[in-house]
Amino acid sequence: MDTDLLRIQDLSVRFFTYQGVVRALEGVWLSVRRGEILGLVGETGCGKSVLARSILRLIADPPGKISGGRILFKGRDLLALPMKEMRRIRGNDISMIFQEPMTSLNPVFTVGNQMEEVVRLHQKVSRKAARRICVEMLTQVRMPDAEAVLRKYPHELSGGMRQRVMIALELSCRPDLLIADEPTTALDVTVQAQVLHILSDLTRARETSVLFITHDLGVVAHLCDRVAVMYAGKIVETAPVEALFQSPRHPYTRGLLAAVPSLDEDREFLASIPGVVPGLIDPPGGCRFHPRCDGAGEPCRRMEPAGVEVGEDHWVFCHGIR
Amino acid sequence: MSDGVVIRAVGLKKYFSAGSGLWGRRKVFVKAVDGVSFEGRQGETLGLVGESGCGKSTVGMLLSGLHRPEAGRVFYRGQDIMKLDGRERRRMRRNIQVVFQDPQSSLDPRMLIKKAVGFPLEVNRLARGAEVTRRVEAMLAEVGLRPEHMYRYPHEFSGGQRQRINIARALITGPQFVVLDEPTSALDVSVQAQILNLIKDLQRRRGYSYLFISHDLSVIRHVSHRVAVMYLGRIVESAPRRQLFSAPRHPYTRALMAAVPTPDPTRRRPLALLPGDVPSPVHIPPGCRFHPRCSEALDVCRHVEPTEVPVGSDHWVACHLWGGGA
Amino acid sequence: MPSSTPRSGIDPMEWWRRFQEEHAWQLREFVFTLGLLRRNPSAVAGSCIIAAMVFLALAAPWIAPHDPIRISLSERLSSPSWHHLFGTDELGRDIFSRVLFGARISLRIGLLVVGIAGGLGTVLGAVAGYVGGKLDDAIMRCLDIVLSFPSLVLAMALAAALGPSLRNAIMAVAFVMIPKFARLVRGEALAVREKPFIAAAKVSGAGHGWIILHHVIPNCLSSVIVLGTLVVGETILIASSLSFIGLGAQPPTPEWGAMISVGRKFLMDQWWYATFPGCFILVTVIGFNIFGDALRDVLDPRIRR
Repeated sequence: MDTDLLRIQDLSVRFFTYQGVVRALEGVWLSVRRGEILGLVGETGCGKSVLARSILRLIADPPGKISGGRILFKGRDLLALPMKEMRRIRGNDISMIFQEPMTSLNPVFTVGNQMEEVVRLHQKVSRKAARRICVEMLTQVRMPDAEAVLRKYPHELSGGMRQRVMIALELSCRPDLLIADEPTTALDVTVQAQVLHILSDLTRARETSVLFITHDLGVVAHLCDRVAVMYAGKIVETAPVEALFQSPRHPYTRGLLAAVPSLDEDREFLASIPGVVPGLIDPPGGCRFHPRCDGAGEPCRRMEPAGVEVGEDHWVFCHGIR
Repeated sequence: MSDGVVIRAVGLKKYFSAGSGLWGRRKVFVKAVDGVSFEGRQGETLGLVGESGCGKSTVGMLLSGLHRPEAGRVFYRGQDIMKLDGRERRRMRRNIQVVFQDPQSSLDPRMLIKKAVGFPLEVNRLARGAEVTRRVEAMLAEVGLRPEHMYRYPHEFSGGQRQRINIARALITGPQFVVLDEPTSALDVSVQAQILNLIKDLQRRRGYSYLFISHDLSVIRHVSHRVAVMYLGRIVESAPRRQLFSAPRHPYTRALMAAVPTPDPTRRRPLALLPGDVPSPVHIPPGCRFHPRCSEALDVCRHVEPTEVPVGSDHWVACHLWGGGA
Repeated sequence: MPSSTPRSGIDPMEWWRRFQEEHAWQLREFVFTLGLLRRNPSAVAGSCIIAAMVFLALAAPWIAPHDPIRISLSERLSSPSWHHLFGTDELGRDIFSRVLFGARISLRIGLLVVGIAGGLGTVLGAVAGYVGGKLDDAIMRCLDIVLSFPSLVLAMALAAALGPSLRNAIMAVAFVMIPKFARLVRGEALAVREKPFIAAAKVSGAGHGWIILHHVIPNCLSSVIVLGTLVVGETILIASSLSFIGLGAQPPTPEWGAMISVGRKFLMDQWWYATFPGCFILVTVIGFNIFGDALRDVLDPRIRR
């Protein structure tokens, strides 16, 4: 059987704006395997959220447009499905949680109302039974006093509790793939620890695959099995998590790792990557990282690098790798 | 008090009125800062770390004069700022500047960079005309920007460059003490590294003293000489950096450190799970404010508020486990 | 250093170069806005009407075939002809010439009123919104009283109290328009006040006046311009109404409203008398209104980026 649950092939996404065409994603290849937690790391504006949204076809059109490629989910191309099919896949087979859970919850209904509604949308049960299922769901995400939480309105919950409600909701339909777009970025570290713990426990127990999008390398190291690093709309390196942190090969990955201040060691100055992230309206030609790269040579300016397998399951897109 | 102490805060308190209770019978207060004391020393960085809502940003606002404390005093080089009259206080304030968290909204989108950086000179009557231009140019060079950037608007810059502009604005009047309120938390890691390096470099060359406020322990460790940990409006532990990170004493400090994921998969360890959320600063638990989440809480913790006690050289902890009840 | 060169008069080329350098963003933004306006049909229509009116008003002394106040009793109430394009009134004055000169008056009223009301309203609103508290309450309650009257009725009462004259009518209408600007600016000032750059300015030693002048007002300006455009139309209408009931321009001033007022008596038999000034009011007001609406759409930051 195919080990890849989701396979993204040569995906390109563009946004048509007044200033010009934003090439948010350009020829992205990525796969998510069954039961793994794949980390997608990159800085602001590198296209990682666009990637997540295009999987569920949540790109607003206009101005956005998926201009090429395929997204195969269990062998079916999501981009070719009729919208009705797509809606069935959303929530049932693929769910998504966002950075700010408040936006996904309606402020004028209680948490209980909304959760019941979702439960009854997917299962034919009575209100009472739905309520019981909700309590069970909240208990699974270790919400103390689930009954009371159900009676509350979203704004009465803290950020961590809201995120737990969302996790409970999104996992209730037992999706095969969960897309988590910076779910802990807005949370405090102690609360982040709780949420990460719940997330990894529940998904590992159910063998749910997770595409975990973040900019926090610590979270990636802690949680993920495999990592993909994005830069300016392209994947530059994918590797098992140990390999990536121990022997990063792409100069961008190395720069990123060296720029993180550490809790355990003292450094007088941090390594930093010179320059700024390029705009995606007119990205640099050739390798998109070459203007900021120390080792950039002539081919980097002219040609896009092809993928090289440098270790088991470890791919790098860089001309400097032989 | 000429022992290298630039800023001394004593017993600062700031309560915000959070509306009144039902039918306005009972006023409700958010005790954002509830008795905070510390010293900022010459050429050093004091790191102030805590989770959201612990009052760390309010402390910065109290120092910079954006809020007036309910109680407590701020001494600048031994002089009580609160006791100064209007004009003198304004002169004094020039020595204490702030860099805010969000580099985008800290700059007026309709103000030219030259003015955004140079106006403190004009409103304080320190320079005018060509002299302002010259000093803005020098200041921009200091923070790594070019002279032609003067004639641009904020939206033409990246987040990191905007933060450099904010730093330039804060430093142009030649302050002694700078409050850095989460200056890098809106930035990406690679840019954060550039700004942290700049901040440290400026300190080394010009001898600024900083109060560095952040929620990120790794950043705090990187920049600070001394660290104070805040929880619900109080400092629960303070110590020299090395001391604090090698031997944290307060259960909250330890939990905070253990909750940070390490960027090294080979040293993966279970993250410490501190139960519950940070309580709202409206309803502060009695006794030690950390006791409902503390796994080592004693009976006394529920009733008696611990005081700060020394547990090492220059290392203070407010916890009953270390004898803070005396 | 270029600034150390001796100042021997201002070289216009040099000045223009400096201006371009210092205002590069604004110039780009201006050109960009023009581009958007050009693609917006109602903006094009509105600006064409406004431009035509402004041209007619400016060129009135040269293109008007007759003296607008010269009486020629032998030609009284003659119907439109090649000699008198819009006919003549009961004193034999050429209505076409009077309408052209009327455009001067109406546009001047519009600009003066928007200038006075916009200026005072912006300052009041900015102060109220930025300072807040009791001062805000005091200012806004006073303005609420003004707002609670229908603007035409209040303007009439004021104009009547001040005595009928064009100057008094302008003052009355300006007074009535102040709250519109003040409300708008106050709302925006409330939002600007909370921005960190205001806190930064305070910490850097800027006083309240400086902050209002350099931060609050510039950030409200684009909405004020939009409102100003709309108010020009409304003002022309109200000022004409005041003249219509005799509280504004006095004879023999060729004011549109005043002309309609007299022409009304002849409407049954001499339709041209009231119709042509009326059409000009209609077209001018529509021009300003649709241009103002289009400007609001174009300047809306949510649409822009």
